[in-house]
Amino acid sequence: MALLEIKNMVVEFPGRHGVFTSVKDVSLDVAEGEILGLVGESGAGKSTVGNAVLNLLQAPGRLAAGEVWLNGERIDQLSQSKFRSIRGKRISMIFQDPMTSLNPIETIEYQLVETILTHLDVSKKEAEQRAIDLLDQVGIPDPATRIKQYPHQFSGGMRQRVVIALALSVEPELIIADEPTTALDVTIQAQILELIKDLCKSRNLGVILVTHDMGVIAETADRVAVMYKGELIEVGDSDQVLRAPKEEYTKSLIAAVPPSNKKIHRFPKVALTDSDGSALQDFDLKGHWLAAGDVHDATQGTLLDVKNLSKRFLVQNAFLERNRRYVDAIKSVSFDVKAGETFGLVGESGSGKSTVARVLTGIHPATSGEMIFDGKDLTGKSGKSEAAAARGDIQMVFQDPYSSLNGRMKIGSIVAEPMVVNNLTSNKEERDDIVADLLELVGLGKDAARKFPHEFSGGQRQRISIARALATRPRFLICDEPTSALDVSIQAQILNLLKDLQEELNLTLLFISHDLPVIRQMCDRVGVMQFGELMEVAETEAIFEAPQVAYTQQLVSQMPKFSK
Amino acid sequence: MDMLKRAIASDLFWSFKRSPVAVISALVAITLILAAVFAPLLAPYNPFDPASLNLMNGFSKPMEPNAFTGESFVLGTDDQGRDVLSTILYGMRISLFVGALAVLFAMVIGVVLGLVAAYAGGRTDAIIMRIADVQLTFPSILVAMLIFGIAKGFTPIHLRDQMAIWVLIISIGLSDWVQFARVVRGAALVEKSKEYVEAAILIGRGPVAIIFKHILPNVLSPVLVIATISLALAIISEATLSFLGVGAPPTQPSLGTLIRIGQGYLFSGEWWILFFPAVTLLLLALSVNLLGDWLRDALNPKLDD
Repeated sequence: MALLEIKNMVVEFPGRHGVFTSVKDVSLDVAEGEILGLVGESGAGKSTVGNAVLNLLQAPGRLAAGEVWLNGERIDQLSQSKFRSIRGKRISMIFQDPMTSLNPIETIEYQLVETILTHLDVSKKEAEQRAIDLLDQVGIPDPATRIKQYPHQFSGGMRQRVVIALALSVEPELIIADEPTTALDVTIQAQILELIKDLCKSRNLGVILVTHDMGVIAETADRVAVMYKGELIEVGDSDQVLRAPKEEYTKSLIAAVPPSNKKIHRFPKVALTDSDGSALQDFDLKGHWLAAGDVHDATQGTLLDVKNLSKRFLVQNAFLERNRRYVDAIKSVSFDVKAGETFGLVGESGSGKSTVARVLTGIHPATSGEMIFDGKDLTGKSGKSEAAAARGDIQMVFQDPYSSLNGRMKIGSIVAEPMVVNNLTSNKEERDDIVADLLELVGLGKDAARKFPHEFSGGQRQRISIARALATRPRFLICDEPTSALDVSIQAQILNLLKDLQEELNLTLLFISHDLPVIRQMCDRVGVMQFGELMEVAETEAIFEAPQVAYTQQLVSQMPKFSK
Repeated sequence: MDMLKRAIASDLFWSFKRSPVAVISALVAITLILAAVFAPLLAPYNPFDPASLNLMNGFSKPMEPNAFTGESFVLGTDDQGRDVLSTILYGMRISLFVGALAVLFAMVIGVVLGLVAAYAGGRTDAIIMRIADVQLTFPSILVAMLIFGIAKGFTPIHLRDQMAIWVLIISIGLSDWVQFARVVRGAALVEKSKEYVEAAILIGRGPVAIIFKHILPNVLSPVLVIATISLALAIISEATLSFLGVGAPPTQPSLGTLIRIGQGYLFSGEWWILFFPAVTLLLLALSVNLLGDWLRDALNPKLDD
């Protein structure tokens, strides 16, 4: 008998525009000592399945049909008060954000002991000893001291370990982990996944691992369930589903995952996935405004030369200089970007890679160092106008497709704004034509100009962001994590689009990402950053095949391997 | 037409229809506002035309024929024989005019200062917000009285009655800008850190264009809420000032002035002179306030249920 059985689950969300069925007739089971991976893109209903099992559906959502059995006991019809003896006791959960799953004003000890005392029949002394043992088991060094501390004194990875300890403290039969490593850096992610795997086997727990990341699934799960738009598409052993998928959707989803072990020229065309309805059209740019002025072929060799660039931010202001506190976001970084190439910057959060982009574009002024773009000084030392002229050639695509477009402006005005500001066109008709062409170029169609940003999906918004960046006819395009907020199938489309545009317009790209497989697919050369310093610059393949620096070796060895 | 269709299909209108309080207060507010706007057409008498007044009609009871002239007035008359209904309609005009313009004035000052404080940061921000903090330590009615008094000192005597309304607008407006500035600054700080602002810097937009073209439209919804609630407060402030005798002159009576005139007769049995203007003021302020409350909830998805 399975530990958890879900039979024909249907979850509905009644709303203003009718009833939305977010889980459609899903049947799953989890055995003891098994990790079931639940994958799907955003809106697939994978988190909703977890919440429905836990009886945690947000109102007005409801379990419309189906049964949930835990160890032979039916639990979906229990009242909330009866369910409390199951949730947090027999079924525990681990959520995405360790920041919000711990109470910031109580010590770790208080939170662990409280939970143990609530659910288990032990004395306070035993509970305290137990709490220390648990922290030890999840790999927190010096647990007897650390247990007296508050959540903010732990790093993100350590905090997630505490959350896992909290989940384990009640000796649950089943753990539901909803994107447990999504908020963590790759090196910490590897450790946390290893920990979950170990605990599952040693304690014979059932685990449901909800994630969008195929790499995580490949590393951890015994079996995989693939969901798409509320339906269960395919269930099977990890090896079978990931290497030899039976269903069309699974095949195309897996095809869109950037392989970590080799470089492919383009991502295969993704069929059936939730495409944003756009197809890149063949576009003849010869003689078009975008390609006119043939400045794009003018430079050969080095386009951007960065020498000893540093940026320090003031974090605490004070009247006296000696009382002020600073943080060095980038420390003496030097690299060069050749015309026409894609230069990658990779690093974990806080490594300073986004700050490099913002200093290059002039959003933040540099503290010291040189930036020479096509012979012009970007720091403004040799004349502001020279720097300003060069800046028109540098544009940027931002990370968050939701906050990077002004929600109160129509797409047409958003894309036209760079041309208006820089007086690139002589009249409105010309501008409208170019906007229409740009929108066609990124695969949206010219009708998009009359709509507002909220009418588009994340992937489509990122296309709009690219169209806006292209509107100044830049030669140098900085992409700061352009796909990290997108689903994998949409990511494949955007990456293909960037590759196409680069070829068509002879663009030079600076591609910033924390995602090593994506970097491998996109970049010619890569710089690896850690704590504001550039550790290593090399050809992409060299970075992945023969990393020179210890940090790079660690990064590459700990990225989730997903090879087809 | 397109705008109207969009408005009807919007989530805001949907939530409006589902809130009986909002619908009723909107109906009351709109009725009162329309009545005020069309006062010259609706009012049975022109209370400011001395030729139409008959002192014999003074102190007529509501709905009862006058003992001397036999004329009947729906809401009675005051000591000078002015029809109370007509004075209320005309008085509401002045109250609403002063309230609306004062809020507009406060809004413009508050929004501009709030945006500048948020965008410039540093010393500019500190100076603007400290001024706001200092002003908040005084009750706004005191601030308004102070400004009113100073302004009155500077106006020539023969212009005082004419200028009174404008002085009233400025003094209420100046006492009210702080909450606009605070809320706008808070919202603008959030917007400022969003990537679309960076994108605008990147394409070469200057600070003024970024503040007014990009940030301003995104902070307008809280401004709308405060403006509605402030309207109710401004109407009450105006009534308070007029009641204290430092507001609208008797030649241009607002609701507050009418209440001041009426309270002298309350204990001598002529209750209607006070009662009807007071009820009108209450209905006006309450309906606008409830509308503002609903708007705040409807525009803030976090307060849902």
